[in-house]
Amino acid sequence: MPGFENLPLLSPEITLTIFALLVLGLDLAFKRLKDALAYVAIGGLILAIMLTAHLFGTQGSLFSGMLVVDSFALYFKIIACLTTGLVILSSIAFMKEKTPYRGEFYGLLLLATLAITLLVGASDLVMIYLSFEFVSLTCYVLVGYLRGDPKSSEAGIKYFLYGAVTSAVMLYGMSLIYGITGSTQLTVIADNFLSPSSPVASTRWLILPAVLFILAGFGFKIALVPFHQWAPDAYEGAPTPIAAFLSVGPKAAGFAVLIRVLLTALPAYQIDWIALLSGISLVSMTFGNLVAIQQTNIKRMLAYSSIAQVGYILLGVVAAGPGTVGIMGVLLFILAYLFTNLGAFVAVVAFSYATGSDEIADYAGLLRRAPLLAAALVVFFMSLAGMPPTAGFLGKLFVFGAVIQMGQKVFYFLAVAGVLNSVISLYYYFNVVRLMFFLPAKDETSLQIPRSLVVAVAITMAMTLVMGFYPQPFIDLATRSVVTVAMLSPQ
Amino acid sequence: MIPLSWYLTVAAILFSLGLYGALARRNAIAILMGIELMLNAVNINLVAFWRYITPQEFIGQVFAIFVITVAAAEAAIGLALILAIYRHRQTINVEEIDLMKW
Repeated sequence: MPGFENLPLLSPEITLTIFALLVLGLDLAFKRLKDALAYVAIGGLILAIMLTAHLFGTQGSLFSGMLVVDSFALYFKIIACLTTGLVILSSIAFMKEKTPYRGEFYGLLLLATLAITLLVGASDLVMIYLSFEFVSLTCYVLVGYLRGDPKSSEAGIKYFLYGAVTSAVMLYGMSLIYGITGSTQLTVIADNFLSPSSPVASTRWLILPAVLFILAGFGFKIALVPFHQWAPDAYEGAPTPIAAFLSVGPKAAGFAVLIRVLLTALPAYQIDWIALLSGISLVSMTFGNLVAIQQTNIKRMLAYSSIAQVGYILLGVVAAGPGTVGIMGVLLFILAYLFTNLGAFVAVVAFSYATGSDEIADYAGLLRRAPLLAAALVVFFMSLAGMPPTAGFLGKLFVFGAVIQMGQKVFYFLAVAGVLNSVISLYYYFNVVRLMFFLPAKDETSLQIPRSLVVAVAITMAMTLVMGFYPQPFIDLATRSVVTVAMLSPQ
Repeated sequence: MIPLSWYLTVAAILFSLGLYGALARRNAIAILMGIELMLNAVNINLVAFWRYITPQEFIGQVFAIFVITVAAAEAAIGLALILAIYRHRQTINVEEIDLMKW
C-alpha cells in the first residue's frame, strides 16, 4: 500500500501504543498487578527510547505529509519518554497511598507520551490540532485523577476550561490560515505565503490575527504569560508527579510545535513574531519570578518559577532566525530543564510522601531530617537559577548567547533582562535553601523515603551535574538535531 | 451564489458569541456550551473555505469532521470533570469553585 513503506519510522509510537494497551489490558485482567504495571510501562518507554535512538539521523515523511520524522522530532521524542519514565518512577509509591486505580494511571501516562511524540512530528495543521487535543485530553484526566480529593477535581476543571477555550481560539486561527493559503500543510502554507500569485494578496491583513489566535493555543500549552493562570492551580491540585509531568512533557512538545510552525510555515513573517515573542518572553519571566517570591506552597512556587523558565526558553525562540544557535539553545535548555525541574518536583514528591505537606515552611531543618534530599534540592535550585556548574547554566549560556548574537541594542537589553531575572529568582530559590539549612525543624525525626523515589532523585541529580560538568556530548546531540529544522525552513 | 464573506461573517459572529459566553458565564456547563459554539464557528469557516477556495481537495471537510469528533470527546471529559466537582461541592458555579486562590 502506498504511504506505508515508511512505517518503521513510527516504531517508537507503535511501541508506546502497544504498551499503553498492554498496561490497560493487564490491569483489566489481573486485579493484583497494579504496581508491577509501572515497571511494564517503564520497560515500554525504555524500548521506545532505544528505537528512537536507533532512528536518529533518518528523515522521512508519512501519511501524505501529515507527520515528519527528523532529528528535531526524535530529540523531543526522547525527551518525552525520559520525562514519563522518571514521572512513573516517582509515582509508584506516591500513587499507592492515594488511589486504588493505578493501572489506568500508567496507561494514560503512556498515552500522553504517545500524544507528545505525535505532536512533535506533526507537519500539517490537521495533525497538529489532533495530537494537540490528544495531549490536552489525557492531561485533563490525569490532573483530575484523584476523584476523592476536591483540590484535584478543581484543578482538573480549571485546566480543562482554560484549555478548551484556548484550543478553540487556536482552531479558529488555523481555519483562517487554511482559508488564506488554501492548504493545511506547513511547507505548502509557506510557499503560498511567498508566491505573489496565490489567493493570499487580498487577505494578507488576516495573517496577523490568525497567527495571534494560533499563538494563544500554543501559549496555553507552554503556560506563557497571558495564558498562564491555569498553571499554579493545576500544579497545586494535581497529583504531584502529574504536576512534574505537566511542567516538562507538554511544555517541551508545545515548544517543538511552536518552533516548527514559526520556522516552517511563517518564515516570511519573522519580523512580526520576533517583536511579539520578545515582549511576551520579557513579561513572562519578570511576572513569573516576582509572583514566585510571595508563594508559601512549594508546588505553586515551582509553577511560577516554571512560567519564568518558559520566558527564558522563549528568548531562544526569538533568536531562532537565520542562524541555528537559537534553536540549539532552546533544545539544550529544555533538556537541562527536564532533569532540573523534574528533579525538583520529584524531591517535592518525596517530601510530600514522607510528611504529607507541600508548605515551604515545613522544609525547615530538612538538612538534618534527610540530608541527601536537601543536598539534591540545592543542586536543582542552583540549576534552576542558572548557576555553574549545573545543567541550567549551560542552557542559559546558549540561550542568552544566541540573543546577544542577534546584534541589536534591543536584544542586548533582552539578555540583560534575562540575567537580572535570574538574580531575582535566586532570592526565592535560596530562601528555601536557607530554611532547609539554617532553621530548626519542628520535629527532628528523619524521613523515610521509598527506594523508587531515591532512584529518581539520584538519576535527575546526576544528570543535572553531568550536563554541567561535561556538556560536550549534549551540545553535539543538540547541534545534530537542529540541522534538519534549518533544512526544513526555506531560507 | 452567496459570497464567501457572508459565511465568514456568520462564523465570526458565532465565534464571538461563543467566546463571550465562555468568558462571561459562571455556570461550567454554560461555558462548555460557549466552547461548542466557537468550535461550530470554526466548522462553518472550514467548510466555506473548502467550497470556495479548494473545492477539488477535501482537506477542509476532513478537518471539520475531525473537529466534530474531537469536540465530542472533549465534551465527554468536560462533563465527567464537572460531575466529579459537583459530587464534592454541590455546585458547578465556577466562582464558588475556589479552594485554591486564582
